[in-house]
Amino acid sequence: MSESFTLDGKTIPFAAGQTIIQAAADAGAWIPHLCYHPEFKPHGSCKLCTVKVNGRHMASCTTQAQAGQEVESNTDELNEERRTLLQMLFVEGNHFCPSCEKSGDCKLQATAYELGMMTPHFDHFYPNRPVDASHPDILLDFNRCILCSLCVRASRDVDEKCVFALSGRGIDTRLIVNAASGRLEDTDVALTDKAMQVCPVGAILRKGKGFAVPIRQRTYDRSPISDIALKETSLALPAVENKP
Amino acid sequence: MNSKETNCAPCLEGDKLLHEVLPPILLRWRHAPTALLQILREIQEALDWISPEAIAALELALGLPRSKIEGVAGFYRFLYTQPRGRYRVLFADNIIEQHQGSASLIERMCRNLWVEKGKTSEDGLLSIDTTSCIGMSDQGPALLVNNRVVPNLTESRVDQISELIRREIPLSAWPDSLFVVADNIRQRGILLDSELAPGDALRSVLARTEREGLEASNARSWREGLPSGLIGPTSLIEELHRAGLRGRGGAGFLTALKWSACRNAALGAGKERVVVCNADEGEPGTFKDRVLLSSKPDLVLEGMTLAAYALGARRGFVYLRGEYRYLLEPLQAVLAARRAAGLLGQSILGVHGLDFDIEIHLGAGAYVCGEESALIESLEGKRGTPRNRPPFPVTNGYLDQPTVVDNVETFACAALIALHGGDWFAAQGTEKSTGSKLLSVSGDVAQPGVYEFPFGVSIAEVLRACGARNTQAVQVGGPSGTCVSAAEFDRCIAFEDIPSAGAFMVFDQRRDLFEVARNFVHFFAHESCGFCTPCRVGTSLLRNLMDKLANGRGSPYDFGEIEKMNHILQQMSHCGLGHSACNPVLDTIARFRPAYEQRLLHAAFEPAFDLDYSLAPARQMTGRDDAGAHFVQADTAEISNE
Repeated sequence: MSESFTLDGKTIPFAAGQTIIQAAADAGAWIPHLCYHPEFKPHGSCKLCTVKVNGRHMASCTTQAQAGQEVESNTDELNEERRTLLQMLFVEGNHFCPSCEKSGDCKLQATAYELGMMTPHFDHFYPNRPVDASHPDILLDFNRCILCSLCVRASRDVDEKCVFALSGRGIDTRLIVNAASGRLEDTDVALTDKAMQVCPVGAILRKGKGFAVPIRQRTYDRSPISDIALKETSLALPAVENKP
Repeated sequence: MNSKETNCAPCLEGDKLLHEVLPPILLRWRHAPTALLQILREIQEALDWISPEAIAALELALGLPRSKIEGVAGFYRFLYTQPRGRYRVLFADNIIEQHQGSASLIERMCRNLWVEKGKTSEDGLLSIDTTSCIGMSDQGPALLVNNRVVPNLTESRVDQISELIRREIPLSAWPDSLFVVADNIRQRGILLDSELAPGDALRSVLARTEREGLEASNARSWREGLPSGLIGPTSLIEELHRAGLRGRGGAGFLTALKWSACRNAALGAGKERVVVCNADEGEPGTFKDRVLLSSKPDLVLEGMTLAAYALGARRGFVYLRGEYRYLLEPLQAVLAARRAAGLLGQSILGVHGLDFDIEIHLGAGAYVCGEESALIESLEGKRGTPRNRPPFPVTNGYLDQPTVVDNVETFACAALIALHGGDWFAAQGTEKSTGSKLLSVSGDVAQPGVYEFPFGVSIAEVLRACGARNTQAVQVGGPSGTCVSAAEFDRCIAFEDIPSAGAFMVFDQRRDLFEVARNFVHFFAHESCGFCTPCRVGTSLLRNLMDKLANGRGSPYDFGEIEKMNHILQQMSHCGLGHSACNPVLDTIARFRPAYEQRLLHAAFEPAFDLDYSLAPARQMTGRDDAGAHFVQADTAEISNE
């Protein structure tokens, strides 16, 4: 009998070294998250996966599972807090879902639907973030970047290119690319890069493919993210790229 | 012809960079990518900014991707990837300096030099802006010009500096009198009174050790499990334990526990233990570490050397905040003297295997680097973002090696304990907070400066000692600490009552505690590292809420919003910065609610959007301020008429 903890009352077995979110995913339990991706070292920055472990708030992607932990996740309190975090992400950038090519395939949007976020609540920051359309095949729309750093990790750890990095600080933190010109066309990014497949939002887009799948037939139009997130991640296949 | 001329400046600078400036810097830092921040800082110092050419040269020299170099350069406020002038003036913007009249001095200098605050002058000569507290509250207002401190600002001083800049006098030729920083030690106790000669504490520990235990722990014996080697180093940790010494950085963790944990941490192949002195004294209103480093540097460095002896470390760092750049050369001179005296380097005091040396790394304007794991990231030449913990630095610190990070004052205490013993130290203070505490007293007092008191001293006693009158409130421990009102002045400074890293800001009856809290909230928003969502966005939202109240647009609804923001920041943030960002607001609402209520416009809801306020940029652009350029809402007009 392996060791286990409880998640919302359900027994979750885990292997030594697993984090709470990993063990939960293996057991088929979805904990909302944006910056976490099973293939990369956890970042622990979006805080959406925060759960209560024995009454204390902890990010489940960076907290090791331990026998006997009592973990709460799907509670009114935590979901209310997660909605606030989502609202923060929505107002700090410029997210206009109706005109975004990623609409329906976007994890930020899908998670907001899932958790019942009805309004942005806060005043929008309306930051000025110019788009980088320099690359012939790739569009970078910084307006939608949520600073999850998945592309940074993918490019550094898998592609071994460091095409992306975070610069600036605080509310002025921003995604930059590895070129003296600051333009994506002058980097060695390639369409086949892992970094091209991990953006949870519409910040990194493949040109000319945006509306290949009509709205209402997209990933999260068909089923909510809580139903399919685990299937996506366990197959390690990005939702968008593998559509016919 | 014309285009040639415009090409000349950057190309000359490129030449200067490649041939003169960069090679000695790279040599000094051994081309180590982990020294990236130090290399960038020195380039900034030599060339006034980090040019694209400099980044390209570093890319080649260090083998780092450009994106990483830009990422690091973009994180620290004292590094500029855009030209910001040959003279970069930064006024300290702490509330204490504001109360000392900094705002009118900033305005005066801007007027003198015809430059807009926050912008670079059109001739590229200078820029004037504000920065967080620079540790000079006892002699403010103060400013940094190219990272050199000018304290005690007056109108005439500001005019003098303006003139020096206008005449383009190099900083090296400015009168020395401008740069004199006082220690202002007002009350001495066991720490500031100690007349320890360099090496005394080390000799004392070695003398108390049985002969067989003299083998230093980093030589080999204890690693190989020989019990004889345990006696010397562990007896020192035992003394710290008897002393009950707790970390002076504010959290109050038992130093003996931290040192034992690091000493006992498993050591991987090729790894060694590391000692780090946290001299990134960034909490607004505190400056006692600056005074310790300038008046008792040997005490601090000896404490570090003792830690190295106890842990078996060979390598030590002092992480000195960039604002204290002027202390670098004096500290390096002390290090050199200690090396010459056999107190640093190989076989310290002749003990075989006791090898230890210290290098100084400077910060570059990032408060969050005072958090120990962010500090370690910064030491490794990265963005100063706090790490996910566990693992903690005592097991996985600098370059994944067991690392002890302690405050300047903690190391000084450790040296005293090594000399006099744990019982002597524990005789002072309270049961749970032994020894003395250095307090940085500033604000509305007759004698601002550093006061040393035994732990357990009441706020009232400190106020009496520093000549405070009509005191309304004291902010103990800086913005992330506690705001105490007159009714609580019998409370004590101790870990069991009001803990403090050392700041003690005094506000008399004239002061508006709402504005104090608003200043602190701006500070946290400015200093958030931006890593986690709740703190990155939440501190800005909180700042906006406080500004809304300040603009007279607040309503009781906003109190609820503040509560909500506090909850999210406390529960979801990644590190202590976010956890405490709301403290000053909650403390002042609880104690000085009228200061908030007088700002409320309506007893119900009020939107943040204000049409007239939003027209301000348009008025500024058109230079208009007449009645026709204002939009007066009916209800506001009525209220202001009342």
